Amino acid sequence: MRYMMLIYSGEDDAAAPDDMRAVAEAHRSFMEEARRLGILVAGDPLQTSATATVVRVEQSKTLVTDGPYAETKEQLAGYYILDCRDLDEALAWAAKIPTGCAGAAGCVEVRPLREIPRNG
Amino acid sequence: MKSPGMDDRRATIESVFRSESGRIIAGLIRVSRSFDLAEEAMQDAFAAAIVSWQEGIPENPAAWITATARRKLIDYARRERTRRNNEDQLLYEYESRSCVIEEEMNRPFEDDRLSLIFTCCHPAINMQAQIALTLRTLGGLRTSEIARAFLIPEATLAQRLVRAQRKIQQARIPYQVPDARALPERLVAVQAVLYLIFNEGYAASSGESLVRSDLCAEAIRLARTLLELMPANPENMALLALMLLHDSRRDARSTENGELVTLEEQDRSLWHQDQIAEGIRLVERALGRRNVGPYQLQAAIAAIHAEASTPAETDWKQIAALYALLEAGQGSPVIALNHAVALAMSEGLERGLALMDKLGACSELESYHLFHAARADLLRRMGRTGEALASYGKALTLTTNQVEIRYLGRRIAELGGKAS
Repeated sequence: MRYMMLIYSGEDDAAAPDDMRAVAEAHRSFMEEARRLGILVAGDPLQTSATATVVRVEQSKTLVTDGPYAETKEQLAGYYILDCRDLDEALAWAAKIPTGCAGAAGCVEVRPLREIPRNG
Repeated sequence: MKSPGMDDRRATIESVFRSESGRIIAGLIRVSRSFDLAEEAMQDAFAAAIVSWQEGIPENPAAWITATARRKLIDYARRERTRRNNEDQLLYEYESRSCVIEEEMNRPFEDDRLSLIFTCCHPAINMQAQIALTLRTLGGLRTSEIARAFLIPEATLAQRLVRAQRKIQQARIPYQVPDARALPERLVAVQAVLYLIFNEGYAASSGESLVRSDLCAEAIRLARTLLELMPANPENMALLALMLLHDSRRDARSTENGELVTLEEQDRSLWHQDQIAEGIRLVERALGRRNVGPYQLQAAIAAIHAEASTPAETDWKQIAALYALLEAGQGSPVIALNHAVALAMSEGLERGLALMDKLGACSELESYHLFHAARADLLRRMGRTGEALASYGKALTLTTNQVEIRYLGRRIAELGGKAS
């Protein structure tokens, strides 16, 4: 089953470059291992929430607003999609994800992808 | 085989349900991969038993129920296959499920309760739902009974159960005993759920106290099952011991009209000696494994209290030493408070009071009613009546529990003060 790992991080503008390099390095080795085991489906970091724009269509009018969907302390900073046997395996991988991608450490939300049955 | 009467049959069915339903449903969940289908099949099998057993009660009633429920599962899968025939996109999923069921049927019957307990107490499930799932599947309690015991509306609990079961399926929470690396942490979570069930029953001292004292009995039964399934684990031994030792005092800890009776004031002849004996045996066996943990320390403390035939004979020195170990392991303000009380009783009230004041100054204990009650208690023993009254009064302002309010009121009255 494919699981999406949503990485939420505190955003710290003043993060030390050395720390950021260490986080990036940790992600590289995480991806390396996941790829080697054939479970890495996808994964990317996001630009900070300051770059986010929300689009909402109401009664066929498009409303565009600045900022992320929710102004929370920790923001979506990146994601992985991993193909795991079950939730326990997914949780074990999630625990290995460095969460400091946007400067300050945070948490990972693990959600199974909904499998859409294909016709024929 | 004699023809049993209706009452005989009901009694047999009831007792098979009590003793075997956990094991039966655990196996059915493994086979069907579904809590819902497993429960439905088991209920249908018990319903069938009421009719079928008119001819005679089978030699092995549990095996009869299991076999019948497994046949029901196959029936459901076939029925589902027919029903879904036109819905091509879902056919594959159901085809494979009924294949799994038929395949699993041929595996030998084994005890799946350990997988079940770890799935029910999976930390990814809402805590209340963990408790309810455990009580429903392993304990065989109805949703209505659990809702009443936890004082929540039945519809709310039913909803939570549905959500939890859906999550187990959709997020694929595995039905298995965790691997060696994850096991210690996960076992702690299981033990915590069982202890929570016990405490929920134990803390009740009014209202639906009958239903809630059943929770203690149920928690003890579950702790026994856990120990039976993982017999070498000393914390499992200690968890059962701790529950037995606390439960042994159930008849002494409140009066007929629900007044709290402190440990010191309890009529020790009301303590259940059989539970105490079993509890102490378990604690000794656990400590013999030389792998100490928090339940062992707590059970050892309870055992020391249980061994004293009068309050004065209590070995407070030993209790203080055990609290010190507990504090070192999992320091919490409440443990620190209990440690201070034990030190007051073993090394002098002054010393205990000084320690307590230090604790109160630097932790959230200041807003905890039992902290002020414990402090008041030391002041009362020291004859510092005025200060004791002030502390009892402070405690009174911090609790809404009627039983505790009455207890504090009684203490204040005994010291000649007035409860406001």
